[in-house]
Amino acid sequence: MPTRRALLKTAALAACSAAAHPLLSTMTFASAPGENRLVVIVLRGAMDGLDVVQPYGDPALRALRLALSAGPEGGALVLNDFFALHPALDGLMPLWQAGELAFAHAVATPYRDKRSHFDGQDLLEAGTGNDLPIDQQKGGWLNRLLQAMPGATAETAYSVGTEEMLILSGSAGALSWAPEAALTLSPQARLLLAEVYHDDPLFRDAARAAEEIGASLTGEMGKGPKGDAARLAAFAADRLNGETRIASFSLSGWDSHARQAQVLKRPLGDLATAILTLRDGLGANWARTTVLAMTEFGRTARENGSGGTDHGTGGALLMAGGAVRGGRVYGDWPGLGEGQLYQDRDLLPARDVRAYAGWAMRGLFGTKTGLIERAIFPGLDLGPDPRILA
Amino acid sequence: MAIDPERAAIRLGYGLSPRMPPAESVFLLESVAQATHPDGWTTTAATAAHLDFAEIRQARDEGALSPEDYRAHVQELEGQRLDALRNRIARAAGAPAGFGERLVQFWADHFTAVAQNPTQHLMAAAFVDEAIRPHLNGRFGDMLFAAATHPMMLIYLNQNASVGPNSQFARRRPEKHVGLNENLGREILELHTLGVGADYKQSDVRELAELLTGLTYNPKDDRRFRPQVAEPGAETVLGVPYGDGLPEIARAMGNLAMHPATARHLSRKLATHFAADDPPEALVADLAAVWLDSGGDLSAINTALVAHPGLAATFGQKTRQPFDFIAASLRALGMGAGEILALERPQVRQHLLVPMQRMGQPFGKARGPDGWPEHAADWITPQLLSARIGWALSTPQRLIEPFPDPRAFLSTALGATVSETLARAVPRAENTREGVAIVLASAEFNRR
Repeated sequence: MPTRRALLKTAALAACSAAAHPLLSTMTFASAPGENRLVVIVLRGAMDGLDVVQPYGDPALRALRLALSAGPEGGALVLNDFFALHPALDGLMPLWQAGELAFAHAVATPYRDKRSHFDGQDLLEAGTGNDLPIDQQKGGWLNRLLQAMPGATAETAYSVGTEEMLILSGSAGALSWAPEAALTLSPQARLLLAEVYHDDPLFRDAARAAEEIGASLTGEMGKGPKGDAARLAAFAADRLNGETRIASFSLSGWDSHARQAQVLKRPLGDLATAILTLRDGLGANWARTTVLAMTEFGRTARENGSGGTDHGTGGALLMAGGAVRGGRVYGDWPGLGEGQLYQDRDLLPARDVRAYAGWAMRGLFGTKTGLIERAIFPGLDLGPDPRILA
Repeated sequence: MAIDPERAAIRLGYGLSPRMPPAESVFLLESVAQATHPDGWTTTAATAAHLDFAEIRQARDEGALSPEDYRAHVQELEGQRLDALRNRIARAAGAPAGFGERLVQFWADHFTAVAQNPTQHLMAAAFVDEAIRPHLNGRFGDMLFAAATHPMMLIYLNQNASVGPNSQFARRRPEKHVGLNENLGREILELHTLGVGADYKQSDVRELAELLTGLTYNPKDDRRFRPQVAEPGAETVLGVPYGDGLPEIARAMGNLAMHPATARHLSRKLATHFAADDPPEALVADLAAVWLDSGGDLSAINTALVAHPGLAATFGQKTRQPFDFIAASLRALGMGAGEILALERPQVRQHLLVPMQRMGQPFGKARGPDGWPEHAADWITPQLLSARIGWALSTPQRLIEPFPDPRAFLSTALGATVSETLARAVPRAENTREGVAIVLASAEFNRR
């Protein structure tokens, strides 16, 4: 029997030949897989879930955090009688009120104890367990979802930005594009390049596809919003309004070891901007969209001596979109009191973050649970349906 | 027929230069000897930087160091990484014949070891200087031993965490569940020597991993082998029994290096890198024969490769990887090692480091121990090709003074290999910047 390692290898090899196909075939959209849309935002650097969704109803929180995460008294926005939202995400409150924003708290990947950003992100994107060394895990879970989607074409999934997105790598064709890759060529240079690439199919097709992507961007995008988050999200929305159904990009800056109150303002602002840009850009399609913003792990329950927090374990997952059953914080609360923390330092993970992603794809794309537990998130126990979709 | 000097420079080096004619094959081989000289990065310096940085982090955490001062330290370390890239590009673009530096790229990629924090980048640079360069013309078995036992590799492939289950160390700590980590042993067989398709078993992986126990890197301890961590007793790898200790590990590396599967695997890999994604079988077979006859003598293999008719027959079938593309562009634009070494760190970041990332090859950050992909289609995607075109349009005019005439540049960069189509197109560009960019962005210049 082939080992899983061997299977993963085969998938990695197949990626080479899949990549050899011309990437864009704008004619073949006959069987695009449905109308539902999934956006996965990877929050690189470990977002402090306890500060973003503050469990002010847990009396132990105040003892752990001296200045940070002060709940409604510190300006956090009341979500319910237990949780409050970091004030820098106030732009998202209308979504919460409209039932288009939700969180799952005390979630984690299976990654434990070493608390390395790189390994943690690799595992988050690979979507696998701990049964195989991280650097031997090939391919990402969104790519395996694509492989399981009937009628998927290269255009079905997009990774956006210059960050390499392991989450979409693998044998199924997917497109990638960075808004800053758009070329400003004079018409004459464009013509001449088309001429010199004409006899080399590899270069000809790649250049033509680059030009089509660039040219197909809606008018406002070129001069549109400034800032990476807005540009990434605007591009993703643009694609999702077309044939694309899955998009992924990453936002960085979450590693808040010191002066967290200041440090988190920018990434939280970026996250809010990205989600609001997606909503605005998607228009009517927002109703069929689910956004999952996930991070490699949470941070220490205790504030450190520099006004920050260090690498931890359990964290929070943000879910947004018209397809989400919002206005709630999902998950069982493990508590922050004596004996309730993981290794007496971190929020104890109550549920595997992959279970939420798994149930989202079950609801959005009809992916069979057996397939999710076997192939997309191998070894995952999906558990009961948290019913995160409206 | 052996390849002509112009095509040889494009295939085996970093292409053509306005400063010097393409080298004859004897000079190609001399360039390997030049590339064996180190660049000045050492394990000692990387270790000192690591210990130093640990103290700085502690000082920051204790509030004894301001966040600004801490950031300055991190920036200095990042700056040294920029220096390492700048030096590599300078040596590649500036060498009279770049074959030696191409081999540095090849073997450093073959033994990929990815740095995961700022000080490890210095160790990664030391790895190239200490494990790769000295052995470019030597025995593969020596390079293998140097690479597999280097601190950078021990860190990257988790050898530091590997403990013989019956070692003194493990027996004294029954509560700690320390044990074997097979990662390095597995990658030595699968990637570095025999190849994944070869006839070896899980038991060989395990026995090799047991043989490797004791290899260690501790920044506070100069010893590279700690017998109390080593698994006691004989280990049998591919039917050969080995005893304990470093000399036995060296003997195992020597035997693996001369194994027929290693000869086939690495001959194919060399042929794939230098000739074609799907290389001529005769080239693979001829290199493998030299490998076995010479006992893995890389100077003999380099000589055989340079002289092989398979190189001329497959001209243009490979795509330059982003590092090679940038080095070849600067070389064709007339920049020498001196001018590249004179670049300020912000320029290195803007013109070399960030563009390489956009082109899909972030410096020193391959995704896994199998290194960068070889196939042209992995590098020429819409996004990655756009990054090359964008670089060709924006960077040369910021670095090159006086700027070349595109018509002259066409023949400087491609010599007699230029196609009629490109020769017709370039003079019709509406300005010199775009004319030069069309040469650099052309399929011909991006292929070799």
